[in-house]
Amino acid sequence: MNSFWFGTLGLGAADWWGLFIHFTMLSLLAVGGAITTVPDMHRYVVVKQSWLTDAQLSASVALAQAAPGPNVLFVAVIGFNVAGMVGVLATLGGSLVPSAVLAIAAGRYGRDRKDRREVQAFTQGLAPLTIGLLVATSWILTEPTRETWTAWVLFAGTMVWMTRTRFSPLWPIAAGAVAGVLGWV
Amino acid sequence: MPTTEVAAPAQERAQPGSPLELFLAFNRLALQGFGGVLPVAQRELVERQRWLTKAEFVELLSLGQILPGPNIVNMALIFGDQHFGWRGALASLAGLLLAPLAIVLGLTLLARQAAGSAEVSGALRGMGMVAAALILSTAWKVTGTLKSNCMGRVWCAVLAAATVFAVGVMRWPMAGVLAALVPLSWALAWWKLRP
Repeated sequence: MNSFWFGTLGLGAADWWGLFIHFTMLSLLAVGGAITTVPDMHRYVVVKQSWLTDAQLSASVALAQAAPGPNVLFVAVIGFNVAGMVGVLATLGGSLVPSAVLAIAAGRYGRDRKDRREVQAFTQGLAPLTIGLLVATSWILTEPTRETWTAWVLFAGTMVWMTRTRFSPLWPIAAGAVAGVLGWV
Repeated sequence: MPTTEVAAPAQERAQPGSPLELFLAFNRLALQGFGGVLPVAQRELVERQRWLTKAEFVELLSLGQILPGPNIVNMALIFGDQHFGWRGALASLAGLLLAPLAIVLGLTLLARQAAGSAEVSGALRGMGMVAAALILSTAWKVTGTLKSNCMGRVWCAVLAAATVFAVGVMRWPMAGVLAALVPLSWALAWWKLRP
């Protein structure tokens, strides 16, 4: 039961606090969604702290995408894998609180400013960066399977599925799981 | 078909009756959203509940997108706050996150129980590769919006490539990369938008 609440790595309050602060800082940088901050989460959780492996990080994102609900819940899975429910509180709370406060404030008195030049410049200026971050995220998630050519077949198949059909992404996710169970990737 | 569009006046738009109603609506749409809640949100909020017109939905989405944080979470917060203040915001957020959170943590525990089994780690590896492709396909789909970007295609390509190189290849900290690139592209867009 202890591992459910606190995780299995034996982390203490200082680590929880570090996790919370790190995700809090990422919250306001997550323009385009929390997924664009995966490269930085990877840097902190995998490279710097060695709390998770590459494969565990990719799996956390995959699991959250396979489940119903907003994809931001991958943040909770990362927290849970690092430090149990305390970790969930740290990562999900850290990710949501700053951006939530900002969203509500912006909604309250920002609506009528969207035609102004500085706001337009901000939105348009950010667009290519957001897309670049998505591409970088995709690249980092391929890390554990990059050496296997069959994984790239899966990758290409998913791309075609998503861009050429209107069917649910659930199918390629299921296909990926099956391919993995069969030991193809 | 155009007649029905015209025949649907703004007055026909309904209002959420209580924070509980918001909670239930967002809970419903979250539980239907596999691999992306946005399309379901459009169907539920605009077509089913009629709480938003199409135009209002697009406005809310644009706001949710320019703000940091998940689009759908920002939309739920702003929409909830608009109707019932912070209680509404909390109700929408809880509806969106609580049940899916329980499900995803349950799945994590199940996956962990079977950890060490080659099948489960293989399945998660395969799903990870698909997740990578899903994200790239999202990037691919929204790349079209850059065509009308005021900075022009070349600058957009340069800025996107610089981001991929710095964050994806060099693995530099995102905060630093954005601290350098955001003011640059903001200033460029500001200049290109001069009257």
